[in-house]
Amino acid sequence: MAEYKWPEMSKRKVMGRPFTRLDGVEKAAGRARYNSDLNKPGMLHAVMVGCPHAHAKVHSIDVSAAESHPGVAAVRVMAPAGTEVQWAGYEVAAVAATTEIAARDAAAKIRIDYEVLPHIVNEADLKKVQSRAKAAGEQIEGDPDQAVKESGIVVSEGTYGIPTLQHSCLESHGNVVAWTPDNKVEFNPSTQSVTSIRADVARALNVPAANVHVHQDHIGGGFGSKFQPDRWGVESAQMSKTAGGKPVKVFLDRSMEQVIAGCRPSGFATVKMAAKKDGSITLWDSQSWASGGIGGGGSPPIPYVFTKIPNQRKLHSAISLNTAPIRAWRAPNHQQASYLTCAPMEDLAAKLSMDPLDLFLKNVQLTPRADTYERQLKKAAELADWKKLWKPRGSQTGSLRRGLGIGVNTWGGAGHDSTCRCNIHADGTVEVELGSQDLGTGTRTIISQVAAESLGLHLSDIKVKIGDTNYPPSGTSGGSTTVGGVSSSTRKATLNALDKLFGEVAGALGSQPDQLEAVDGKIQVKGTPSKSLTWKAACQKLGVKSISETGSNVPKEAAKEGLNTGGVGGVQIADVTVDMETGVAKMNRLIAVQDIGLVINPRTAESQVFGACIMSICGALMEERIMDDITGRMLNADMEYYKLAGIKDIGEIIVHIEIDEQNDKRGVIGLGEPPAVGGIAAISNAVSNAVGVRVPTVPMTPMHILNALNGRKS
Amino acid sequence: MQGIGVTGAVSPALLQEEAVAQSAAGVMGPGAVPVTLTLNGKVVKVTVEPRETLLDVLRNNLDVTGVKRVCDRGTCGACSVLVNGKVMYGCSILAIDVQGKQITTIEGFALTNGKPHPVVEAFVNNDAQQCGYCTPGFVVAAKAFLDHNPNPTSDQVKDGLGGNLCRCGTYMGVRKAVLEAARVMKGGSRG
Repeated sequence: MAEYKWPEMSKRKVMGRPFTRLDGVEKAAGRARYNSDLNKPGMLHAVMVGCPHAHAKVHSIDVSAAESHPGVAAVRVMAPAGTEVQWAGYEVAAVAATTEIAARDAAAKIRIDYEVLPHIVNEADLKKVQSRAKAAGEQIEGDPDQAVKESGIVVSEGTYGIPTLQHSCLESHGNVVAWTPDNKVEFNPSTQSVTSIRADVARALNVPAANVHVHQDHIGGGFGSKFQPDRWGVESAQMSKTAGGKPVKVFLDRSMEQVIAGCRPSGFATVKMAAKKDGSITLWDSQSWASGGIGGGGSPPIPYVFTKIPNQRKLHSAISLNTAPIRAWRAPNHQQASYLTCAPMEDLAAKLSMDPLDLFLKNVQLTPRADTYERQLKKAAELADWKKLWKPRGSQTGSLRRGLGIGVNTWGGAGHDSTCRCNIHADGTVEVELGSQDLGTGTRTIISQVAAESLGLHLSDIKVKIGDTNYPPSGTSGGSTTVGGVSSSTRKATLNALDKLFGEVAGALGSQPDQLEAVDGKIQVKGTPSKSLTWKAACQKLGVKSISETGSNVPKEAAKEGLNTGGVGGVQIADVTVDMETGVAKMNRLIAVQDIGLVINPRTAESQVFGACIMSICGALMEERIMDDITGRMLNADMEYYKLAGIKDIGEIIVHIEIDEQNDKRGVIGLGEPPAVGGIAAISNAVSNAVGVRVPTVPMTPMHILNALNGRKS
Repeated sequence: MQGIGVTGAVSPALLQEEAVAQSAAGVMGPGAVPVTLTLNGKVVKVTVEPRETLLDVLRNNLDVTGVKRVCDRGTCGACSVLVNGKVMYGCSILAIDVQGKQITTIEGFALTNGKPHPVVEAFVNNDAQQCGYCTPGFVVAAKAFLDHNPNPTSDQVKDGLGGNLCRCGTYMGVRKAVLEAARVMKGGSRG
């Protein structure tokens, strides 16, 4: 039986090296086919009609003109008369036609009468949304009432807010689907979960899962919003069936994508914190609220990271709004929690006339990983040149003011359920097959590195096959669990296959299978290169056979094997300059220090951290969903006024991933999410440090900054 | 505020020129009309409605899908194409308006007999992509930028590529890739 543990860090030849990504040329040259790029023979194009009202009852819906429009093959009513619609953009009808333009023209002919009902779409002012607030029970630890009365303590209180953001995947949500008369379904979605979406489609269409085939080579962004087939997936399948099995393509228009295909909850809180004069934090008292759409939801885990504050009172309310439901977001609720904790801490430090770095360091014992955060805070401060550049809040003059701020993160990671199949053929070809997906994180590449390492081969010797339900099941790409899952299952499958190969060739080498090893493209007797066969010669011994072995990562057992584990910490420090006259905040630098276990590919790992930092910059300085109280609609459902950072807006990003023996021994963990957490808090704190007052509402736009400077409530 | 420059936008001068040409040719449509495009050096004929954008005609009618539809509103640059060597947003021009022009898409230059263009190679070397959906647009914009600015400074790269957006956050790699491609295209080394 193979021993699966990773080879020692110093002995690895393929893992741990910064290979360029396997699909790099294909993607950069525009040859990669995303499912939104498919043009199948006879394919119909579908468009959706969304409700223009935030709250309304469908009175009547007349699709007859659409049905008789030239080229129309199917029309579906998704919200029949009597349906109460709870958010603008809700899908009411869909049309499929021979061309996209015919589908659009036909959709415009659908006549819908609504009875418009009252709506609420903004939750920043808790007093105004009390009728929509659902309070969770008060949570108390220690004695918060006594803690606030202790003599010699310093109390700081403030109200903070972080808005709803839209995922804004560049490839919008959608799919191409064909439901043919033999009751088979070919589903080509843009998804973060090739394996599980098959079951979802089968259930929704009442078709046996075995009749559903899913294939996806590439996905153009997901960030947590692309797990389900969605209503458009189901309706487009129905339209395909109506049209005799012709493939139907539906990918949301940008405006609809921005409104209904993914947002994260907001987060607001009035927070009171107290500390002794030496900075020891004694109290956390928060009244928080958030909205996740009509169903409420969105409860940030506060106090974040500093969970062991001795005296706590927490009261959270979920606000139901007439807005589209939230979806998972890269580190769900963590950015909100990080901001709602680190911003009050920065304010407390200012009240104590203390350097916030010292306040964070003073209280690391209140975190679950004191050593990690202490090490990381010091490293980040060193990289930021904190001691030299930090100045007390409000001590600067002039119109351009520079500030530094801190944010922290934590995440679980570890590996999801994953099975890999490794096929070794008599000509020496090696295939590894997984029903997984590469979100652009480099999943293909790291699978290949693990397989090559385990088999003593080169990257180019491995054929990685993913993105298809004909391959063994692999988990959803969420929670930063993909790399842990697929690396572990690949390790086990390849070693299981290698064991079989050893059994086939041991005789020819005059040895026993357990005495063989695969090194540098050869199968040899351990430590005896003179007794060896080349990989190709060894595989030829298979004759007409081939080897096909699987290996699985089972999350419950993974920690015992040591291939993957969970739990990390990280620190971000931001360096910004704010123009006091215009209120424009500009990034100078964002420093990210991250603890992350075993790193299979430092190049793609670094790219993940860069990307996470840039997403934080977008969220801290630009992004926000703007809802109109009067119409109940999103005012910036595009990419022009829903701002994302461009290449010039990000300053410099300095990444320090803790790659060392100690972290390496923990196994693979997963990196997509943690570095996306602390940046918003860090940047907001840097802005407050620069301008001298708390800018309470994220993003740090000129409006919010100037409002704070002029004492206006935004 | 946002680093969106004018480089990727539709050139006003070109539009004006088009408007004059169009009025001389008379009104086309409604309904589908024959359109002749010079695409990646080849003449192609399609029958499309005058209101259809170059982006949609490329993707839906000609199966040229390296050009992506993202914002569909002249902001993100994922649909960048070259029209007579100038980078333009395919979502913001009509197919009928670029008849007689040389239209180059990513497919027209990225690979020559399987060999990647130096810009493509530099994007791979510097991991200037993640999901990759914005990447062909960036490569087109970078090529056009380098064709006109063969010796860019790092600041010029930030301005020159300001017309493209990425959601995964690959800008650090893009900055390095464009500078590397500039060196390689002049016969220098990668490093």
